[in-house]
Amino acid sequence: MKALREYIDKIKPHFEKGGKFEKLHSVFDGFETFLFVPNRVTTRGSHIRDAIDMKRTMATVVLAMFPALLFGIWNVGYQHFQVTESMPEFWTIVGYGLIKVLPIVVVSYVTGLAIEFFFAQIRGHEINEGFLVSGMLIPLVLPPTIPLWMVALATAFAVILGKEVFGGTGMNILNPALTARAFLFFAYPAYMSGDKVWIAENAADATTGATPLAEAAAGNSDSLPDFWNMFFGFIPGSIGETSTALIIVGAIILLFTGVGSWRIMLTAILGGLTMGLLFNLWGANEFMQIPAHHQLVMGGFAFGVVFMATDPVSATQTTKGKYIYGFLIGFLGILIRVFNPAYPEGIMLAILFMNVMSPLIDHYVIQANIKHRMKRAKLNSA
Amino acid sequence: MDKIIKIKNGLNIPLKGMAEKTITNVESSNYAIKPTDFTGVFPKLMLKEDGKVKAGTAIFYDKYNEKVKFTSPVSGTITAINRGPKRVIEEIVIESDGNFEYEQFQQANPNDLDAETIKQQLLESGLWPAIRRRPFEVIARPEDKPKAIFISGFDTHPLAPDISFIAHGKGNEFQTGLDALKKLTEGTIHLNILANEKNTGVFTNAKNVQINRFKGPHPAGNVGTQINKIDPVNKDEVVWHINVQDVIMIGRLFLNGRYDATKIVALTGSEVKNPHYYKLIHGSSIEPMVTDNLKQENVRFISGNPLTGTKTYKQGFIGYYDHQITVIPEGDYYEFIGWATPGFNKFSTSRSFFSWLQPGKKYRIDTNLKGGPRALVMTGQFEKVFPFDIYPMQLLKSIIIEDIELMENLGIYEIGPEDFALCEFVDTSKTEIQSIVHNGLEMARKELM
Repeated sequence: MKALREYIDKIKPHFEKGGKFEKLHSVFDGFETFLFVPNRVTTRGSHIRDAIDMKRTMATVVLAMFPALLFGIWNVGYQHFQVTESMPEFWTIVGYGLIKVLPIVVVSYVTGLAIEFFFAQIRGHEINEGFLVSGMLIPLVLPPTIPLWMVALATAFAVILGKEVFGGTGMNILNPALTARAFLFFAYPAYMSGDKVWIAENAADATTGATPLAEAAAGNSDSLPDFWNMFFGFIPGSIGETSTALIIVGAIILLFTGVGSWRIMLTAILGGLTMGLLFNLWGANEFMQIPAHHQLVMGGFAFGVVFMATDPVSATQTTKGKYIYGFLIGFLGILIRVFNPAYPEGIMLAILFMNVMSPLIDHYVIQANIKHRMKRAKLNSA
Repeated sequence: MDKIIKIKNGLNIPLKGMAEKTITNVESSNYAIKPTDFTGVFPKLMLKEDGKVKAGTAIFYDKYNEKVKFTSPVSGTITAINRGPKRVIEEIVIESDGNFEYEQFQQANPNDLDAETIKQQLLESGLWPAIRRRPFEVIARPEDKPKAIFISGFDTHPLAPDISFIAHGKGNEFQTGLDALKKLTEGTIHLNILANEKNTGVFTNAKNVQINRFKGPHPAGNVGTQINKIDPVNKDEVVWHINVQDVIMIGRLFLNGRYDATKIVALTGSEVKNPHYYKLIHGSSIEPMVTDNLKQENVRFISGNPLTGTKTYKQGFIGYYDHQITVIPEGDYYEFIGWATPGFNKFSTSRSFFSWLQPGKKYRIDTNLKGGPRALVMTGQFEKVFPFDIYPMQLLKSIIIEDIELMENLGIYEIGPEDFALCEFVDTSKTEIQSIVHNGLEMARKELM
């Protein structure tokens, strides 16, 4: 490692101000700090610091998504071969999945990081690690059949208009990965909604390939898979969203390390269950009669709640606000899903909507604190 | 039994190098008074280099508050006036003559004196600056009418000394100091002690005070936390606070008529061979204590604790408000993919490092920033270590956008920079939070005071 360090120290001056590659400073810095935690020491204030930094935080989130990703790769193959005559052996299934999924992941990362590097350089900032997470989230919420150019376009849209125009990581209002998905959903609805795209190949027989959500929206609740199939994820759907079981593994990682907010996850599930139960009571159509706990394992609900709703930048910032925010995401997610069959993926819209609402929620929570303080002052002076 | 106030949100940082409970006397030849210890004070020198002083001789006063004088802790000669950038006076160095001559002040029972006389004696002797006020965490103004005075009888900072141990046997001085302070307020003096403090000590026997017991992790010992839980500061109100050893010095001032700045300081930190307590005169150079007492040379010397202390150097001096010196390793090294290592030896409040497998382990934490500065992304981190009824992130942001009205509304009156030290410690984005709070306080003070 010493040789590597010496090499970096040798080439470093070229990337500093006035050097040959001055314009690549941020990129160089990005790679350097990736390889070595800098030797920067504290100057003022607390002399010691917690070992956690943005890289560790983001790496933890990516790690938490890995079980869902790996399962997604296998499931893409599995869903594909279900349509064909016979089921090949495990590695063939995985191999097929890899061929479909890996390019999407690569395109998402390459496009997004290139834009991030560019903006970091023109702003003179260090490269922010936020996209390490977004770059993984984007592929996981896309159907495996998506054309690669759409992945690139959506990623570019999300990073530039969803994030950079607001000032970069930490300043955005909407979750970038959901912005990408929403963009595709509205710009290319034929690829993102309906029932034909959810399988790994544009197979003609939509009945085996349709996602449970599409089936439910079409009123075919008889042909829904059973709860455990949906829970473990042997169903068609976006790459990372199908296996609720492995998403729970991710959730455990996020909660145990303290990176994700349990308040949001818990209240979102409660919100979803509440709405599901209300619909059960109402029962006006077949979709409403689907048991509430089935709603939680269908579509992107679990994935959205665990990985999207908990994004600290676009969620509410106050503790009380998080309870309200989470609950409404679950509640509205199921509401949209059931009421509007044109948008079967209600959770995505619910999260985006609550992203927009979160500053308002925070505002009222904080106003309550201010009022409480004013009241205390008045009591004392009276 | 007194009421126990429990603090839930907070953090005890487990560091190596706790001071052993033995006391050594140490006498330094050099002492200094550092104007930079006093926020908002603009020093006007009254003596020049080579000036002769006794303990209690005024050396400078505050241009903005001329009554407040700062005096020499020892008798001797002023040998240097060290200035920093923009010619700011950083240290006024006094070489001790070893004779311990004192300026003579009135020797009297404070109970027989009126408030004005007591104030005058404190201002002249140089002990007034020991009294600080909230809002704004600056030296109290003589014309303040504090609604209460707070004294924290325990320190929960990492490696902090045991104040009860320090005060042991000084009951008479402490009580005399309390009597003097009692004359300065119409309100209560709150003496805040640990829930498990023995009922026989200096603190539990104190009279004319209300004793409150606290339990919980740092910042339970911070006076800011205690004020917030007992009698929070509202707009147009003032509270004062003072350290225990300064109360003892005030006691000695009235008992003996002398400014006797003897105090006990703990030398702590993972790099100290023999961390223990020292009895010395405040403002002392730390050199005699750290010479031949370090495990290695690449270290950071801190006057104070690792969270809120001031960076100093081997020949540097103990700050006015400090009762601790900490020596920890410098962190000026590169670590290969440090963010990806399992991290069995890395302390973190998040459990993303495997150090959570070893609860109770003590750490040797260095000064490395452990990452690059980023935008404030994570939320909910601060609240876990911030026990105030205040939204820390929102208050910080109001300071960053310089909105004084919003700062007022969000509770800037109640806090000092040290109350945000833990937020700074845990912050993923490596923001210098105490500096931001300091700037916010100064901004608001200049506007409102």
